[in-house]
Amino acid sequence: MINNLFLSSSVACVTDGPGRKDEIERAKSEGKDLTKEEKQRLRKEKKQQKKSKEKKDDKASQENEKEKKPVTSAAPASQPPTKPTMQKAPSAVPATAPVSVPASEASGPADKPAKTKAELKAERRARQEAERASKQNKKGETGQQATTSKPKAPPSDLQPVVKRLPEHIQVDNPDVLKKLAKKLERQQIPLRLDYGYKVSLFSHLHQYSRKAPLTQQLSIPSTVIHPAIVRLGLQYSHGIVAGSNARSVALLHAFKQVIRDYTTPPNEELSRDLVNKLKPYISFLNQCRPLSASMGNAIKYIKKEISNIPSNCKEEEAKSKLLNDIESYINEKIILAGVAIAKCAIEKQKISDGDVILVYGCSSLVNHILCEAFEKSRKFRVIVVDSRPRLEGKEALRRLVQKGISCTYVLISAVSYILPEVSKVFLGAHALLANGYVMSRVGTSQIALVAKAFNVPVLVCCETYKFCDRVQTDSFVSNELDDPDDLIVTRKGTTPLEGWQNESSLGLLNLVYDVTPPDFVDLVITELGMIPCTSVPVVLRVKNVDQ
Amino acid sequence: MPGPYKETDLTERVEAFLSDLKRGGTGAGPLRGSAETARETTALLRKITAQARWGSAGDLMEIIRKEGRRMTAAQPSETTVGNMIRRVLKIIREEYARSRGSSEEADQESLHKLLTSGGLSEENFRQHFAPLKANVIEAINELLTELEGTTDNIAMQALEHIHSNEVIMTIGRSRTVEAFLKDAARKRKFHVIVAECAPFCQGHEMATNLSKAGIETTVITDAAIFAVMSRVNKVIIGTQTVLANGGLRAINGTHTLALAAKHHSTPLIVCAPMFKLSPQFPNEEDTFHKFVSPHEVLPFTEGNICKKTDLNHVPTFGKSFSDLDISSLSFFFFLNTSHFSLRISGEILSKVNVHCPVFDYVPPELITLFISNIGGHAPSYIYRLMSELYHPEDHEL
Repeated sequence: MINNLFLSSSVACVTDGPGRKDEIERAKSEGKDLTKEEKQRLRKEKKQQKKSKEKKDDKASQENEKEKKPVTSAAPASQPPTKPTMQKAPSAVPATAPVSVPASEASGPADKPAKTKAELKAERRARQEAERASKQNKKGETGQQATTSKPKAPPSDLQPVVKRLPEHIQVDNPDVLKKLAKKLERQQIPLRLDYGYKVSLFSHLHQYSRKAPLTQQLSIPSTVIHPAIVRLGLQYSHGIVAGSNARSVALLHAFKQVIRDYTTPPNEELSRDLVNKLKPYISFLNQCRPLSASMGNAIKYIKKEISNIPSNCKEEEAKSKLLNDIESYINEKIILAGVAIAKCAIEKQKISDGDVILVYGCSSLVNHILCEAFEKSRKFRVIVVDSRPRLEGKEALRRLVQKGISCTYVLISAVSYILPEVSKVFLGAHALLANGYVMSRVGTSQIALVAKAFNVPVLVCCETYKFCDRVQTDSFVSNELDDPDDLIVTRKGTTPLEGWQNESSLGLLNLVYDVTPPDFVDLVITELGMIPCTSVPVVLRVKNVDQ
Repeated sequence: MPGPYKETDLTERVEAFLSDLKRGGTGAGPLRGSAETARETTALLRKITAQARWGSAGDLMEIIRKEGRRMTAAQPSETTVGNMIRRVLKIIREEYARSRGSSEEADQESLHKLLTSGGLSEENFRQHFAPLKANVIEAINELLTELEGTTDNIAMQALEHIHSNEVIMTIGRSRTVEAFLKDAARKRKFHVIVAECAPFCQGHEMATNLSKAGIETTVITDAAIFAVMSRVNKVIIGTQTVLANGGLRAINGTHTLALAAKHHSTPLIVCAPMFKLSPQFPNEEDTFHKFVSPHEVLPFTEGNICKKTDLNHVPTFGKSFSDLDISSLSFFFFLNTSHFSLRISGEILSKVNVHCPVFDYVPPELITLFISNIGGHAPSYIYRLMSELYHPEDHEL
């Protein structure tokens, strides 16, 4: 951080040492928030300096644009007013406002970041307006020059990532809950309430009941949310569509429907308006069931495609382009990736004759691989391990037996009995984290542990679109809590737990995901090849550079 | 006449006990705990000693061995029966030796004595001693009082092992562990996580009992054992049998729990009274495991657990799929079939092997401590205790 400050001060050619040092001291004394804002502002200034060097002729027009536009008092913190900020001219009130705010001790801490954030937002908006205006002024080729200059900047400097924590792991923070409630009110989406006693270790996560679906509070017909999305949300919350591939594909199909039914309102641009239309849908789906990593990546892709639509494109063309993009995403990342993974696994002899393969739960990819291998006449048999309360293994069992594969079925508590017979373990994944951990259905890490104890190789099959940037070392900080009433349902019908709500010291825990450490996993099969677990950040970096 | 009447009464009792044993071994969990089985076995053996016709100690031992073989054959997995029989046999030997005036206990330890005095002990049991009967019955009464106090003896040690604000994990249902935790909860506050242990879900009953005693309890599924293990301070479990090498034959799922505890270096404590110690070794592959009906795991009829959800909110199936036009992608979709009560029909079931083992073997390397009614021991000490409880010639009934 100190380096950044010195760099920026040298770039801005300011000799006002004491003034700058005052700022730094104040920044340090105020703590993290302000330094973050400082960092953001300084980074922006650096970028602006670079751009100003490239397009010198536009600088004047930009300044003119900025001075003409009626911006808020805090807005002109872009290029010309930054100099007065540095010089600490007392008359440059707006630019010093972010700095003078912390000086005024009267304002409470909650107002401070809000104010500076609003000011920064206004600054950013003003700058974007200016850039768009400058783009319209220039010819096409300079526009391209501006856009190509942008992507070059990020990979070259390793910027500190200023992340905002996702809301769904901050349930114990009342401020975050208030913000969420306000956001949902604005988007006219009902807020889903938590249900039942939450185990104290997981008080930072949501816990919903399946008996109270979100749609009960929606009016029919809902004006804000597209009916395809409502249907999808209901399918998610009831578990009708489950499994990360299925959820992503369903989401993309629903978005295709939304795009088909979309018409651009007058005086709006498709690229910006459609993204804004999608936001409440995504909040709604998030309320129905927290988004999976694969869905998050798909949404990022769609948003990027939408915002990359040139403004002079006609609506029909734009819509058909988007539909094609989504189609190709599904095709490449999911279907063809699955085919490639199956081919890789079979040809490289990962499934050989006489194998006894253990699978857990129902992973569409693993089922696909096994069915393909069976069709290529490999002789093997499968052991399906299942666990309460979801009992997804029954579905996998059904699919495999219908193909003609000979199967055995056990519950997860019997896995140490059956493991001496097993030669390989194939597991599916929900997401692969950047530190090499595998996030998957709860119970996967247990199977990997026992397989390691018996020296049985563990292979994880995962498409690359499920790789995500997050890091996690245990299953507590970020997880999903399912309906605790699921544990009450047993085969016998009754259980002593039925009155669990009345017992004050009894809690039920129904986890959905867990993370498997990379030392339990021997190989990850992706469509890019067979990689060790620890190569995930390499793949992510390569993908980012490509885009 | 008193004689034959007593005998028929005795045989009736024995037959009733045998049929109880056979019935009690169904997968729904023992109808009674091991402690009661041990008590009933010992009471029955006392009755046999009192009422059967025998002349010398050797005769009595033969009778008991015969009955013992029948009892263990009725329910091989109920090892407490065999253990009690061996205890009583050892009592008889001791009483006999005391009546004769020599002390035999020291002989087994010296290898030289073992080789030289090999064949002598066999014939010695033919002598008749009048007070032998009374002595044996008295000794069996002592054994019975010891059996009655085992759970309390173990529970008394609880405060030595549990400190406050701990998180303790357990699996399934064990009366010994329940008493242990309840005793500690009187003075200390701690949190218990119970793994429910499918398919019989005995953990549910354990959790309700513990929460009624005021202990903070959480029920988790078996699949989440490794996921939550990193926050657990101790694992305390009960067991069905303690094997001669210090390993366990415990309820299925215990091996996974022990491996997870080892991975996180969490101590694994086994609360087992001494009557569960059995001189068997775990190398008999075929007889070690016990299986129950696969119906518990995969029912024969409707193959799903139907959740009581309100189906009014779920849209009709056919319409949604035709709209989405994903018929070719159907293999991606996991359709939670329970909502539409799709059956796993008989033709699928006939092609599938389903296993439902009841027990798990836990090797002694994964166990940290045994807590029994005579104190705490390391697993490597178990073989020594065995030599105190049973005579080596009784290991094979």
